[in-house]
Amino acid sequence: MTNLISIVRQHPVGRISLQWVPVGIFVVALALAPGLLSEFGLNLLGRFLTYAIVAIALNLIWGYGGMLSMGQGLFFALGAYAMGMFLKLEASGQELPDFMTWSGRDTLPFFWEPFHSPVFALAMAILIPAALAMAIGVPIFRSRTRDVYFSIITQALTLVVSILFVGQQPITGGTNGLTSFTTILGLPLVAHSTQMALYLLTAACLVAVYLFCRWLVQSRFGKLLVALRDDEDRVRFLGYNPVLIKTSMFTLSAAICGLAGALFVPQVGIISPSAMGVVPSIEMVIWVALGGRGLLSGAIAGALVVNYAKSYLSETFPVFWQLLLGVLFVGAVLLFPKGIVGYISVWWDRLRKKSDG
Amino acid sequence: MFFTGIFNGLSLSSILLLISIGLAFSFGLMNVINMAHGEFIMVGAYVTYIFQQFGPALGGVQAGLWFILSLPMAFLVTGALGLLLEVTVIRRLYGRPLDTLLATWGVGLILQQLARSIFGASNVQVTSPVWLNGGLALAGLTLPYKRLFIMALVVLVIIAIYGYLYRSTAGRRLRAVMQNREMAACLGVASRRVDAATFALGAGLAGIAGCALTLIGPIGPAIGTYYIVDSFMVVVLGGVGQLAGTVAAAVLFGSANTLLELGTTAAMGKVLVFLLVITFLQWRPSGIARLRTR
Repeated sequence: MTNLISIVRQHPVGRISLQWVPVGIFVVALALAPGLLSEFGLNLLGRFLTYAIVAIALNLIWGYGGMLSMGQGLFFALGAYAMGMFLKLEASGQELPDFMTWSGRDTLPFFWEPFHSPVFALAMAILIPAALAMAIGVPIFRSRTRDVYFSIITQALTLVVSILFVGQQPITGGTNGLTSFTTILGLPLVAHSTQMALYLLTAACLVAVYLFCRWLVQSRFGKLLVALRDDEDRVRFLGYNPVLIKTSMFTLSAAICGLAGALFVPQVGIISPSAMGVVPSIEMVIWVALGGRGLLSGAIAGALVVNYAKSYLSETFPVFWQLLLGVLFVGAVLLFPKGIVGYISVWWDRLRKKSDG
Repeated sequence: MFFTGIFNGLSLSSILLLISIGLAFSFGLMNVINMAHGEFIMVGAYVTYIFQQFGPALGGVQAGLWFILSLPMAFLVTGALGLLLEVTVIRRLYGRPLDTLLATWGVGLILQQLARSIFGASNVQVTSPVWLNGGLALAGLTLPYKRLFIMALVVLVIIAIYGYLYRSTAGRRLRAVMQNREMAACLGVASRRVDAATFALGAGLAGIAGCALTLIGPIGPAIGTYYIVDSFMVVVLGGVGQLAGTVAAAVLFGSANTLLELGTTAAMGKVLVFLLVITFLQWRPSGIARLRTR
């Protein structure tokens, strides 16, 4: 193994492209998964891949930018709601969505009208979270609120908006949220082919988001982001505008979460305020912490590992899962601050040094 | 209506204040926010619930001697728990405030699950002492004795904290470390010990808050989560290092919350308060109180 690595590394092409090997393996695995997994397994993976997209977005601002947002669940859910509104209207046809009738409304709210269009819904799924992040980001970063303050404020924002959604039963579906979708663009959601198409779309989006963020963090902009994390004042004195950089990154991160939410809803068939609140948002943080912050691939690994563990353990041993989740938070911080992929790459570097030496 | 609103606002403020003081001082000292603080409230509440079982032996549940005794006990138990958390987790994460946030959230999850396993997931009711039933009739309003008792309790606690901070040696050390940790350490203050004591004290106050909450309603494993985000906002609003800042922030936040809910709906009230806090931070980014450091 070590011999092979050193041979590849001595070749000029190998020197550059070796870092792409894991990416290639991952893409191939994603492409092969539909053939290997059951229908249920594929649906589960598709859902977890949307979580992986969220994890990348969170890692971008936390791992690189030092901004621990506890509001990513909110942005995810807003994207999901936008797509859910489109699906709900399609399911209702000419009629009013069922929950509106139940709550005594007899007309469609004006802002629901444009959601008949899938393009508009998708655009809103990305733009609404982005706009909210920008609206809240400018005052937060302008007043130089950072670290723990930033986390607390994003958490309060999440709480406030989720309370607002629960309270507006006639227009948001209240606690039940939006559900009983039937078709997407005329294709039945339960059909295997539809779910397969959604899976492939999600996988493609994940790879695209990964490559984009990878390019971004290696660009000048990404370096500035890391510099801001390490010493904001120094970056400011060098003549850069931290408010601009931080706000745009926070906005971008929210937009990516919104996209993930839009991909999530048709695969799961429901979106309710319970996906939006404080707890889901902070669970997203543990995906990144466990996978490896500051490593985009770590975010993907963390999202997949934690969610697979959750889907197996929380059904069979619910008590054990809650405790384990708590222990994971403490352990990931105290014992494994680098995360899974972080330790793998340490081990990999050691291997490479050995082969060089 | 308006005066009832003011009274309920002050009642909410007093509980928020009890919860926020510990958070604010730990934050001022160590730059950490304890996400398990809500679970300390829960522990305090369950300590009270356990003490109720001793009620018959202590002159009857109605007489409420057990309730008076449970106050210091809740303080001691949660204080000890806080000390344990500080020594085992928080101290090891010194200088990593965001990591502390996550670790303490994990501890909170564990405590909640333990409470669920021991006491069950459903809420339990604590019977209030009989002398706290009823209320004081004042100018056409009825002010419940329970809420008055909580306010009086909080006033007493604030006076005690004031004495501790500004009239005792330990308090002077605390303020010294908060102003300049290195300099205080050079002058012989054991700064880590101050951290631990402050953290334990804050946790103990959360325990008293939990004890007080049993008077207002049923208690459950998640009781802390209803108050904790609001008390974080109180800390942000109040700034760190000054008792007066936290007091002012709690009174403002609680009153604004209750009054805005009266004018609109519960949900809109929350939204408006949140927007007010964000706006206020534009004007004074470090909150109401500003600590001068050199």
